[in-house]
Amino acid sequence: MELFRNVNVDWLGKKWYFLSFSLIFSVAGVISMCVHYAQIGSPVPLGVDFKGGTQVELQFAQSPDTNRIRQATDAAGIRDARIQSYDAASKNEVLISLPEQQNESSLDAGQKQIVDTLHTNYAGNSFTVRNVSVVGPTVGKQLEKQAFLATLYSMAGMLIYLWFRFQLIYGVAAVVACFHDTLITVGAFALTNQEISLTVIAAILTLVGYSMNDTIVVFDRIREDLRMSRREPLSDVVNRAINQTLSRTVLTSGLTFLTVLSLYIFGGQVLRGFSFALVVGILIGTYSSIAVASPMLVAWLDWRERKGKVAVLPAAKRAKA
Amino acid sequence: MKKNLKGKVALIVAVVAVFVFGIIGVSWIPWPGQTPKPLGQAVTDRVHLGLDLRGGAHLILQVVVSEAVNAETDNTVGRIEQDLKAANLNFSQAYKPDPTNRPEVIRLEGTAPEKSSDVRSVLETKYANEYDVSGGSGDASFTLTMKPLVLTSLKKKTVQQAIETIRDRVDTLGVSEPVIQEYGLGDNQILVELPGIDDLDRVKSLIQETARLEIHAVAGGPYKDEQEALASAGGAIPADKELAHGSGTVGGDSSSDSVWLLSRAYVVGGNDFRAADPGTDQNGRRNVQFTLTNEAGDKFYDYTSKNVGQSMAVLMGERVREVATIQSAIRDRGEITGSFTPDEVESLSKLLRTGALPASLIYLEDRTVGASLGADSIKEGVTAAVVGVLLVMVFMLIYYKGSGINADLALLLNLVILLGFMGVSGATLTLPGIAGVILTIGMGVDSNVLIFERIREEMRAGKAPSAAVDQGFAHAWVTIIDTHVTTIVSAAILFMFGSGPVKGFAVTLTFGLLANLFTAVYVSRVIFDAHLNKLKPGEAVSI
Repeated sequence: MELFRNVNVDWLGKKWYFLSFSLIFSVAGVISMCVHYAQIGSPVPLGVDFKGGTQVELQFAQSPDTNRIRQATDAAGIRDARIQSYDAASKNEVLISLPEQQNESSLDAGQKQIVDTLHTNYAGNSFTVRNVSVVGPTVGKQLEKQAFLATLYSMAGMLIYLWFRFQLIYGVAAVVACFHDTLITVGAFALTNQEISLTVIAAILTLVGYSMNDTIVVFDRIREDLRMSRREPLSDVVNRAINQTLSRTVLTSGLTFLTVLSLYIFGGQVLRGFSFALVVGILIGTYSSIAVASPMLVAWLDWRERKGKVAVLPAAKRAKA
Repeated sequence: MKKNLKGKVALIVAVVAVFVFGIIGVSWIPWPGQTPKPLGQAVTDRVHLGLDLRGGAHLILQVVVSEAVNAETDNTVGRIEQDLKAANLNFSQAYKPDPTNRPEVIRLEGTAPEKSSDVRSVLETKYANEYDVSGGSGDASFTLTMKPLVLTSLKKKTVQQAIETIRDRVDTLGVSEPVIQEYGLGDNQILVELPGIDDLDRVKSLIQETARLEIHAVAGGPYKDEQEALASAGGAIPADKELAHGSGTVGGDSSSDSVWLLSRAYVVGGNDFRAADPGTDQNGRRNVQFTLTNEAGDKFYDYTSKNVGQSMAVLMGERVREVATIQSAIRDRGEITGSFTPDEVESLSKLLRTGALPASLIYLEDRTVGASLGADSIKEGVTAAVVGVLLVMVFMLIYYKGSGINADLALLLNLVILLGFMGVSGATLTLPGIAGVILTIGMGVDSNVLIFERIREEMRAGKAPSAAVDQGFAHAWVTIIDTHVTTIVSAAILFMFGSGPVKGFAVTLTFGLLANLFTAVYVSRVIFDAHLNKLKPGEAVSI
């Protein structure tokens, strides 16, 4: 069985469609992030890892009544409690979040208060505490810094590696594609109002690596084809390269996508943000190798040729055969 | 041309065997003299589950090291005052100008200008090891600043002592595999992870508890038992005394239990001890050298100067742990001598040190995962993994037919090696770690796709099966290395900057990809070669 025998699509010709597609999603994401920023002070909803504060996950015996819960927290004098249902409705789970305490010595007070007041004021519905996270401001800042440094080093590492294996322009094109992927993925979180936690950042960094992979598969082929033909226009060669790798690209991404989809559906609520990031990321990552990295590469090389500089293609460099 | 594959197959079998034993260990084999464990238990014992899968408490504490520095410099201030008085040198005050921000700086003011060289020599003889002494030329004041090396080592020691104390106290909870270690990059933070604990309040109060370590004057003893003690006290215990049991030497077993008659009130105890370390006296005998706080030092001096030649008992939690003779008046630095073994001095020092926390602890982060959530997470993670593996295996069979079997075998082997790696290295499996396994499956089979697609291309171009397979593997190899290296680099960065669960993800992803390099290339190749050996001339490879 073979899905992609003799494909011959003019990918580069469609680059304006791709550009508009990317623009629409990027802009939608950015607008959503601006709206979030205006409302809650950060572009995307942040998990307790970065925002700090208390988060208590409770599982009730019967369907929980959020109004009664709010009455209970109000009765205890707890300000600014955020109460939301968590996971599927059948699980009867509720997530109660309290904002960050500046005073680290009373870090644990919020959680105790919640549990006590629910025992007193909402006694009819017994519950278990499934998960508690209390993050003070010091650690919150540390984690933010860690996440930022990890992202920075990842991108830099990729760029250096690609520069070393190919040429700088390949590296730049690939990094731009990765940046595009990250932007759209984070935008997806903003659009669907999901929280970004440390594990989501890990997923995003993984898909950066994955998007690189994908782009490398295409670039490898482009490099090989350029080596073999020197008379053809650049866009024809690149088109052919993409068509040749299409079955590979779609299949590998498809298989990884299958496994990640399985994780999203069956993997449980704790990993939901993580698997959502991977699902979106893998789709966009595959798309970007074809639709963003390659056109950018061609555009740059064409521009340099037009300006009179002979494009120093890897083919020319290795002309001695 | 048929290839000789026996050696390669033997290698593969050997590798698989090593990793299978990595998973199941050897504890289920009936070695002579040991009862074998049931296989299921052997596996679960080898797998280290993270807190998010097992349930438990995770704490990050900050040690307020400036308190320890302040305590040390307070002590020094006291000693400077005494030394100057003893040398008949006047001064107006010795104090710390900025205890909050710079607890390591001491100022001495108001010395007589004509005696300033005498003052300097006193200061330098006694304190030059730990402090840099400056000033004294123009004005009549001196500044002592703790040397940076000494300061750093004091801070480190404080954190270590806090860790020891916490560990000691947490031991009483009976937690299996607790983790108590320094955390973060030099910020004096401690990580405490206690699997299976879900009542954080109890843990916190236990950690903050002041231990009941006390020194009591010994009135009589050691007696064999309580009757003997009573008899020697004249039939009844006086109101200001009490009986206490103990073995009398640290590390002595409980069979040598003796009874002492001690005074009820303690001389010094608990928080009065600031440090205790094993050492040797001038004769080279082992002893324990301890330091008390300032006020305790005064009390102790009073007591010891009146009681030279008497014994005193070190009581920990109502039991006598050590009895020593008072050799001379002790202020705040003393020695406990006796015929100690190296272990005994260590234990006694530790006992005295962990009697009290050296500085306050602030809680920075608190996470508790309930056991039910942990169990659910395992279930959900494993379900997702199984579904993922099945989906991929079925797809490969449909799409690549015979070669699909090849890929599926390589995939299963990949998983075995990955789990074996985890078992052998003792790495912790977390929920993101399970996600890493799932991702490895997807990315691992990618390598097979790369190779197979290339083989198909070569066969379409008319090459013979064995040449096509050769070319397929040769061309795909470079791309496989590229993609694996970039992802492993990503994972390495995640490992460096990530928290516990994220580290677990980086570990399984890396191990999985490394295993994949072996299975997708070497093992697949061997299977192809075996298949090619069996092909009749003119027959094509099923791909």
